[in-house]
Amino acid sequence: MIFYLTALIQGLCLSAMGLGIFITMKIFRIPDITTDGSYTLGAAVTAALLMQGWPLLPVVGVTILAGALAGVLTGLVHTRLKIDALLAGILVMTGLYSVNLSILGRSNIPLINIDTVFSALAIFDRPLYNELWVSLLFLGVLSALLAYMLRTDFGIAMRATGNSESMTRAMGINNDRMKITGLAIANALTALSGFLAAQYQNFTDINMGIGIVLVGLGSVLIGDALINWLGIRHIWLQLLFVMLGCILFQLVLAVALSLGVNPNMLKLITSVCVLAIVAIPRLARRQRS
Amino acid sequence: MIKLDHITKVFNRGEVNEVNALNDVSLQIAQGEFVVLVGANGSGKTTLLNIISGAVLPSEGSVLLHGEEVSRLPEHKRSRWVARVFQNPLAGTAPELSILDNFRLAALRTQRKKLKIGIDGAFKASVREKIAGLGLGLEDKLPQPMGTLSGGQRQALTLLMSVMDHTDILLLDEPTAALDPKSAEVVLQTAERLIREYQLTTVLITHNLRETQRFGSRLIQMNRGRIARDLDGAAKEKLELEEMYSWFG
Ligand SMILES: Nc1ncnc2c1ncn2[C@@H]1O[C@H](COP(=O)(O)OP(=O)(O)O)[C@@H](O)[C@H]1O
Ligand SMILES: [Mg+2]
Repeated sequence: MIFYLTALIQGLCLSAMGLGIFITMKIFRIPDITTDGSYTLGAAVTAALLMQGWPLLPVVGVTILAGALAGVLTGLVHTRLKIDALLAGILVMTGLYSVNLSILGRSNIPLINIDTVFSALAIFDRPLYNELWVSLLFLGVLSALLAYMLRTDFGIAMRATGNSESMTRAMGINNDRMKITGLAIANALTALSGFLAAQYQNFTDINMGIGIVLVGLGSVLIGDALINWLGIRHIWLQLLFVMLGCILFQLVLAVALSLGVNPNMLKLITSVCVLAIVAIPRLARRQRS
Repeated sequence: MIKLDHITKVFNRGEVNEVNALNDVSLQIAQGEFVVLVGANGSGKTTLLNIISGAVLPSEGSVLLHGEEVSRLPEHKRSRWVARVFQNPLAGTAPELSILDNFRLAALRTQRKKLKIGIDGAFKASVREKIAGLGLGLEDKLPQPMGTLSGGQRQALTLLMSVMDHTDILLLDEPTAALDPKSAEVVLQTAERLIREYQLTTVLITHNLRETQRFGSRLIQMNRGRIARDLDGAAKEKLELEEMYSWFG
């Protein structure tokens, strides 16, 4: 039971990032890998500010701003300088490594005896239940806000931009500015995952973001497969299924670990899992045709 | 009013694939005029529309819309005056968004897209009524993704979308080229009705010489990036189909 709950909480913590990747990959069709950097950025900002005794609310605000800024940078490099989105993401992600290191001051900050979001909002006796309830609350609010945003006039414009740029231009939408905004929102969400993860695991490590984009990608692909399979059109339900994808992915990794897989192999397993998620539908399609 | 002053457009200047798409084109289209634009493939018709809409910026010359110099204004800023229907039915709509969402964007073409929910009962009802006017039975399919419709249905809806918000100028680039004859007829009739109803200044590109006879108050033929013929309504009336064929001989 604890085993499943832990995977569930980890999946929820990573769901903010999943929602971000859903925006870049599924709504804008931009392969954004700033994620690795902005995830650690969120965790680094959180750890550094909490250590200095900042209250939680401003820490959330600064985390969002920092992530958004990273997204804006990638967006500017991509749209203004017409550099491939993949390369733009690599540039910013690599630069962020140094930024994160200087925010942390060293490669690792433990968060012990510090009031975290999980202890601040505690209502149960058992920490595990509090972690579950706080992450549920956090992601519930986040996904509801995001779903609302995507249903506004602005959100419709945003969804259309990734769909048909000739149409949106003709409708008076500045596609470049929209992409920059989308990348900002996505990376702010990713930074919020870093915010949660740092407090859940009680430390921030400079390397915690390495390969995290792949975890997010695999999770979103699982969610998207379910969305297509069930034919879900309602935006909020779609977001909930993306979150479900994040949880399922963590469960798979947890099961692998419980089967005695060496933790050093976790990244390799992640890669193989994502490869399987991407490849299986293609192979199935080829088989059919 | 549309005014093009000595417009030249060179694509890929200085490279081996340099193309002189428009060559010193000057043209004035009055308010409410309906221009039909014909010409061989590659003669620069689409480029001319793109210059008006802002999708392509001129190499030389200036563009004025309602007396305002817009030569350097990007396309999304010219949407204030210009609505367009593309040759490709896929280009004018967002396929994964619902019909209703597409219409919502069209209704805000000249306005800011705000952070509030704009689709309410009244908006739905007005869209439903407009779509019902097409007689295609699409008014009950508002939540359906645009991409599930046929090319003809999409072109007809794109036309309707262009008058959802204030419009002066309507640019139609071979709107029926990808359609079967029956859908083409629906689209043309819709276009005719809307142009009359909203007194739009219109430029229609077509390869169909019968459409050329049927529509418009002025006929312009382009040839190799230049205006080869410019006929007013009276001259256009007298024009025989055979003579028009001979232009393309
Ligand atoms: N974006 C572009 N880049 C390079 N060449 C172009 C571009 N658009 C049009 N052209 C060229 O300009 C010429 C005129 O094209 P176009 O305006 O599309 O003609 P039409 O619509 O009359 O068939 C053609 O030779 C075409 O290849
Ligand atoms: Mg053309």
